[in-house]
Amino acid sequence: MTVDADSGLAPAAVAPQWRRLSSRMLAVHPVQETLRALPALLIAFVAGRSSGNGGLWGLFGVVVTVGLGVLRWATTSYRVGVDQVQVRRGFVRRRVLSIPRDRVRTVDITAHPLHRLLGLVRITVGTGQSDRKEGLRLDGLTAAEGDRLRVELLHRGAAVATVEPEATTGGVATGGVATGVVAAGGVAAAPAPAETVLASMRPGWVWYGPFTLSGLVTIGVVAGFVYRLANEAHVNPGRFGPLRAISHQLARVPLGIAIGEVALAVLVFVAVASTVGYVVAFWGFRLSRQDTGTLHMTRGLLTTRATTIEERRLRGVELSEPLLLRAVGGARCIAIATGLRVGRGAERGGSLLLPPAPHAEAVRVAAEVLGDPRPLTVRLTGHGRRAARRRYLRALEVAAVLPVGLALLWWLAGWPGWAPVVALAVLPVAAALAADRVRSLGHAISGGHLVVRQGSVVRRRYALAREGIIGWHLRQSIFQRRAGVVTVIATTAAGRQHYSLLDVPVDLSVPVVAEATPGLLDPFLIVG
Amino acid sequence: MTSDGGAGTAPVARLRPPRHRVSRRAIAYWTVRAGVGWLVPLGAQVVWLLSDLSNPSPHVLWLAVTVIVAAVHVVVMPQWRFRVHRWETTPEAVYTQAGWLNQSRRIAPVSRIQTVDTARGPVEQLFGLTNVTVTTASAAGPLKIDGLDHETAQRLVDELTSTTQAHPGDAT
Repeated sequence: MTVDADSGLAPAAVAPQWRRLSSRMLAVHPVQETLRALPALLIAFVAGRSSGNGGLWGLFGVVVTVGLGVLRWATTSYRVGVDQVQVRRGFVRRRVLSIPRDRVRTVDITAHPLHRLLGLVRITVGTGQSDRKEGLRLDGLTAAEGDRLRVELLHRGAAVATVEPEATTGGVATGGVATGVVAAGGVAAAPAPAETVLASMRPGWVWYGPFTLSGLVTIGVVAGFVYRLANEAHVNPGRFGPLRAISHQLARVPLGIAIGEVALAVLVFVAVASTVGYVVAFWGFRLSRQDTGTLHMTRGLLTTRATTIEERRLRGVELSEPLLLRAVGGARCIAIATGLRVGRGAERGGSLLLPPAPHAEAVRVAAEVLGDPRPLTVRLTGHGRRAARRRYLRALEVAAVLPVGLALLWWLAGWPGWAPVVALAVLPVAAALAADRVRSLGHAISGGHLVVRQGSVVRRRYALAREGIIGWHLRQSIFQRRAGVVTVIATTAAGRQHYSLLDVPVDLSVPVVAEATPGLLDPFLIVG
Repeated sequence: MTSDGGAGTAPVARLRPPRHRVSRRAIAYWTVRAGVGWLVPLGAQVVWLLSDLSNPSPHVLWLAVTVIVAAVHVVVMPQWRFRVHRWETTPEAVYTQAGWLNQSRRIAPVSRIQTVDTARGPVEQLFGLTNVTVTTASAAGPLKIDGLDHETAQRLVDELTSTTQAHPGDAT
């Protein structure tokens, strides 16, 4: 670690030098690319026996990608200046990507198992809008260098206790101070800012793993891979011993039992896969607040990931409870921050504040992050019976499609007559979902936050900072106009970009907007 | 449409529509655009009719239906849209209204405006019309005012940019 540090980092004081990625990455690239190409290689190898030299082509592909990886490593360099971070890359077409330092919003440090073995990390710098494509990503810094870069980019000087909000010019100035401090301290003294731990994972939380259903994705991936393998290699799965035994067994028992057996097998597989997924993704989870004004999250069993969010970018918190998780008293927490889109997948694009955990713990963490427990416990104003009627109508309309469609098929195409009758069972389920949606629906203004709750399959409670609201959109369909309700949408630069209050009674809508953003509506109001 | 809760207590404040309409020339523009749009299905039907002259009556019937629907659309839509599409600005806020069957009202504080764009298509130039788009830092929903005349649009842009500059910060 010290070798790299000495050669690359010493003279960062005045004119920042271009720094290189760690040479240990040269060991990572070939292995990484081969592993990534392994499924394709396997398929090519198996298929190659029947159709010539597919395996050779696969190998050629790996060699080329490894070569490109090495070239990328050799041509990438970066530097951190007083007010800019720059990354230079490209061999034929040299490009320099520059990002103003006060636009850096998140820093994400990831380390795959291979990275960890060699003490390397990959660092991704989020700047909001541009990070959808490439962002600023440096693959293959030493762990110490990665940590130092994170501190340099986000903590604007240890002397500054709190970062002044919205002061862009001030940000640059303190940034300069930060560079000075870090450079003077050197690598060994990478400042460890004082921090308070807000939450850390307890082994008991693994209990919530099976209820996240993340294993469904695994099933999809595995099934897809097996299907492709069987297809490409012209292997008939029926000839495979255990599978044949299973299918014979299923053919012998009555249909109902066979369906039950398959369902049970899928259920067990999903539960196990989800639990393993939970442990792999969230083991060692830890959320802490550093007194330089950032939230810091680390997690991961094999691949470790550390995300840092500036608190001055934080605009609120989302508490989300998928139905199954809610049934066992669990919830998770997601940050609403500018420049941090809520992504997909278990980690929600790095904005996850707390993995599935006990509900009380989620509420506590959300309150700690907001610095105010009220938005999470405040009583919500319901949206009245017209909104309720619309929930039921909507749910039943959608649910009716199935029995009506089957009845049409019975009438027109001679399908079995019992099908539509059985399909009627979806109606009570839809009604129950609608009832739950009605119970969930509500809003409130609590201190500095607009609180919204909605949903049933995934119930979400948003607490959005009032100063984070940068506009309103009031939308009425022709049916909503007749029912006298309006959908009020608060737009924001953070998180999901907009948060909706479904079907608010018209008379209630104006007070909500007026209370959340005082004075904004006044010129456009009439009394009567 | 009385209220669910506090009926008969304090008078309830309501949001009124924005004050200003767009340029009257927009009606002509929308009419022309809708008319040109209808030429495509009409032309196709005429070609179809000419290619199958042995049995013209169903084709003529469909042609008549299309002509009636097109005529209603071309006459009613621009008038309706002219009445619905409205806008208003104050030193503190921009307020727009749009929509036909579905009504959509947007309000954004001037302090949170990020960009003010104007755009003119070739046909809109002929009618002397300009579209103004006001964006905020949220990806969800810029405010659009379509069909202003050039002078009003220019005045609006100048006004908004000068008031926006008076508010520092990155408007998030």
